[in-house]
Amino acid sequence: MKNINVYGSGCKNCTNTAELIEKTAKQLQIEIKLSKVSDLQAIMEAGVVSTPAVTVDGKLVHAGSVPDVQTVKEFFS
Amino acid sequence: MLDWFTYFADWVTYSLFKLSADSKFADAVHFFIEDTAKILVLLIVLIYLIAVVRATLNPEKVRYYLQGKNRFLGYILGSIFGSVTPFCSCSSIPLFMGFVSARIPLGVTIAFLLTSPLINEVVVVMLGSLLGLKFTLLYISIGLALGITAGFLVDLIKGERWLAPFLAEQYKRDDAAPVLEYQDKVMTLAERHQFAKKEMLTIFIRIWKWVVLGVAIGAVIHGAVPAAWFGEHLGDRQWWSVPVATLLAIPMYVNATAIVPILESLLLKGVPLGTTLAFCMSAVAVSLPEFMMLKQVMSSRLLILIAAYLLVALSLLGWLFNAVNF
Repeated sequence: MKNINVYGSGCKNCTNTAELIEKTAKQLQIEIKLSKVSDLQAIMEAGVVSTPAVTVDGKLVHAGSVPDVQTVKEFFS
Repeated sequence: MLDWFTYFADWVTYSLFKLSADSKFADAVHFFIEDTAKILVLLIVLIYLIAVVRATLNPEKVRYYLQGKNRFLGYILGSIFGSVTPFCSCSSIPLFMGFVSARIPLGVTIAFLLTSPLINEVVVVMLGSLLGLKFTLLYISIGLALGITAGFLVDLIKGERWLAPFLAEQYKRDDAAPVLEYQDKVMTLAERHQFAKKEMLTIFIRIWKWVVLGVAIGAVIHGAVPAAWFGEHLGDRQWWSVPVATLLAIPMYVNATAIVPILESLLLKGVPLGTTLAFCMSAVAVSLPEFMMLKQVMSSRLLILIAAYLLVALSLLGWLFNAVNF
């Protein structure tokens, strides 16, 4: 199971990103553990500079925009 | 090339609508059609082109470049990067923290964050299409200078004292700053096109209605308010008009896009350049929601100092430009 974190201060793009990941995972029937991280200090410690940012199992895979579906699918592989 | 829009407006106003050329109403309609068409077309084309060029530039890359640079070079680079790096305004806070944690001097970070809204592609394209190249270049140079000076001043007063504690701590640490790594992203032309198309659509959908609204207000002023009224009330003899314009502009952050066409018609009516510049820059730079957001990472004291700096600097600039009468 993949541990996925979405980092963001709670803006619309960040919520959209989390929803898109959840939806895509459900479609592909992949089990994931999704957490939304909005604590400032935690965002800084993750090394995130632009939000929304996504980490998979602790590795930063995307930052700065809502990813497209294709990119999200690559998170799971 | 921009004449096409005048011919187009001529045709719509006088041939299609059959309005008489000497009526005030026709004048306003002409102004409205010419400006809306011109701004919307230029925005679509230029935002797309700008986005294609800067597709690979992002805050991570800027942070990598700025780390460990000389302080003074940093203010200049910070301002320039601030004006050209695309990022969502909801990223301001993470960006701020990311710069601080890389121990980029606070002044450099502030220079970046101040120029970023001040010199953005929408405002620059609109200024260029409506007020001409000279005004736009003037605006960009002043914007950069404002950012550079702000950065220098923030470090001069040791602004990092007034950051939120977990950030202030970063600058107090003795260990070396974490060394950053950055892998440059290679983008194909097709990927750049995708990025630019998305960026252009997002911006266009967000602002087109504000453009129309702004031009409509501008057109009403153009057709209905006599120039003499402005000369009497907002001319260069009223020294107080500059700081008043600067203050009045603060709530206008709601939409800077709507302001540019209004400014065009004010300038045409003879409102002095300095007053107009001060109003425009204040509207774009002093955004209340942005300041509220920054309260999470710095004390009100530092924020108030920054806001006061902007208001004072813009008033001085306004007076200067009114005095030399460009």
